[in-house]
Amino acid sequence: MEQRIAVLVSTVLGVLLLGVFAAVARSAGRSGSAEEIAAGAARWRRAVLWGLVGVFVPTIAFSLTRTPYPSAGQTAAVVVQATGHQWTWEVAPDTVPARELVEIRVTGADVNHGLGVYDLNDRLITQAQAMPGYTNVIRHTFATPGTYRILCLEYCGLGHHTMVSKLVVSAAR
Amino acid sequence: MATIGTPDVRTRGLDAAYTPPTAARGDGVVAAYMGITAVVLALLMVFGLLMRASQAGVITIPANRFYQLLTAHGIGMVAISGLGGAGVMWFFLSRYVPLSRTILLANLACFLAGVVLVLGGIFVGGFAAGWTFLFPLPAHSLGVWGPGAAASYLAGVLLVGVGFLLLYLDTGRAIIRTYGSLGRALGWPQAFGKSAASAPPPTVVASTVVTIINVPAIAVGAVILTMSLVNAYAPAFRVNALLAKNLIYFFGHVFINSAIYMGVIGVYEILPAFTGRPWKSTRPFLLAWTATMLMVVAVYPHHLFMDYANPRWANVLGQILSYTSGLPVLAVTAIATLANVYRSGMRWNVTSSLLFASVMGWSVGVIPAIVDGTIAINRVMHNTLWVPGHFHIYLLLGVVAMLFGFMYFLSSLHGGAEGALDRAAFWSYVVGGMAFAVVFLAAGAMSVPRRWAVHLAPWMGLDRLGAAFALVVVAAALVFAASFLRRVRATGG
Repeated sequence: MEQRIAVLVSTVLGVLLLGVFAAVARSAGRSGSAEEIAAGAARWRRAVLWGLVGVFVPTIAFSLTRTPYPSAGQTAAVVVQATGHQWTWEVAPDTVPARELVEIRVTGADVNHGLGVYDLNDRLITQAQAMPGYTNVIRHTFATPGTYRILCLEYCGLGHHTMVSKLVVSAAR
Repeated sequence: MATIGTPDVRTRGLDAAYTPPTAARGDGVVAAYMGITAVVLALLMVFGLLMRASQAGVITIPANRFYQLLTAHGIGMVAISGLGGAGVMWFFLSRYVPLSRTILLANLACFLAGVVLVLGGIFVGGFAAGWTFLFPLPAHSLGVWGPGAAASYLAGVLLVGVGFLLLYLDTGRAIIRTYGSLGRALGWPQAFGKSAASAPPPTVVASTVVTIINVPAIAVGAVILTMSLVNAYAPAFRVNALLAKNLIYFFGHVFINSAIYMGVIGVYEILPAFTGRPWKSTRPFLLAWTATMLMVVAVYPHHLFMDYANPRWANVLGQILSYTSGLPVLAVTAIATLANVYRSGMRWNVTSSLLFASVMGWSVGVIPAIVDGTIAINRVMHNTLWVPGHFHIYLLLGVVAMLFGFMYFLSSLHGGAEGALDRAAFWSYVVGGMAFAVVFLAAGAMSVPRRWAVHLAPWMGLDRLGAAFALVVVAAALVFAASFLRRVRATGG
């Protein structure tokens, strides 16, 4: 879902902007009044400024209600301890129930790692950094049973790309 | 002082009323800056091509060598963008304030000595902790490299930073000497008061912002580099990993943004020479630069969204500022660029085309960056190939295009003329570069992780496309670099 939003927004706005630059580049061969164009640019600048304010304020406000940071008052059905080592994951337990809140406590034993959880279609669904000295808590409800993959998402040295593990999501209890 | 050359407006597209800048002591050093920038950019792009080709399975690079290339590509691009940007800034700023040629040379000497140490640490010592050298990885390689290699890399980066610090202390000194204070050089009397005096030119405003933000950035970078250096030999001396990340990303984010802000000075100074419409320090322009200066130093927590332990207020602030920090300058620059070019009657050549394209690349690249600067989206995009996707747009097609555009301008002042190959290279660079970056974005949307030496089979189709477009970009960059070196050498610049 988030990936689709990212692609859609970036494509639409990117193509629009490219079109504006291309149109202006094509116009460069003709001549116009610099004063009139400057006045028009000032109007555009104001319109763009207020347009961005109008879009940004509600977007920021809404998106900040969707952060992955855990909030107090949630009780997880299962707590998983996930520790990154050079170059392996230690995940216990490695099986969790579907459709129940799971808490994954992520840390790094030696250097920084990144715990990325990939769904059955190999799409990244959530992640947190695995830092030495800190525990980052992911709370997530897995909708579908199956074997989810864990990939390292923070560069941690020679074996970074070999840090692949799994988390089994079983049918609901 | 004499002018550098007599530009031929018919062949170079410059406005008939354009007067070339007066030659300054140090222009030869600036040419050396840009020559080194051209060569290093081309070399680092070859490194990038090799990495993409290896991920695509077209060639085989052992993982240790891949991560060495990754480290060299990353730190090299950050440093050379800074060096090239400094060359652009110095060239134009020296027309307004009395800069020291000795300091300019000292920075270059520190840079070259630092590069030798960095390359030695990487390719001789095997250091491969990534350009971000996240603590404690430099001292924790599991036997892949030793403390000597780490020390060589860290000391090299530190030396490069010392050189830049000297340079910015000198720009600060010269700006204050000419304008009385940094506030006056930012145009605050005109922006916030009722001063009827002319505001400082755009070059001075941008240079002042870069000076103000880069001095603390480099100082903070020096702190974490020094602590990592000590840790390499004394493991008992430890640094809080989260604090280290904050220091590294503050330093890195501000420094690379400053490279864009220095490069854009070339747009402010050169594009009007083609359009005949001077770039003015209007009140919105002054306000935008001040706003960006304040916000860009506080936006770096957007690199730490997935560090849940980082203070939540800092990450929320990071998201809000991700939306707002770069936009004032970018919006003012982009709209002014469009207005400057629109129906100007100008003629396009490679210089003006690259500079115009650079503002386009900067503007377009910011869109996926802001999208990724949203915490809820960052959760599924952070450290995927989406990230190099957006930064390659505003670096490859933004700051690097500015640097190549300045090189064409510089060599044209010395009498060099561009040819059909240069124009073909321009189109290859822009189209190939955009396609190259879009492939990264597409892979990021597919959740392909970044910084993986070995890719899984389902990802390799996009990797092959990326490698093909990288080849196009490298070919174009080699033409740009060779063209600049040939023309500057031929004219004794």
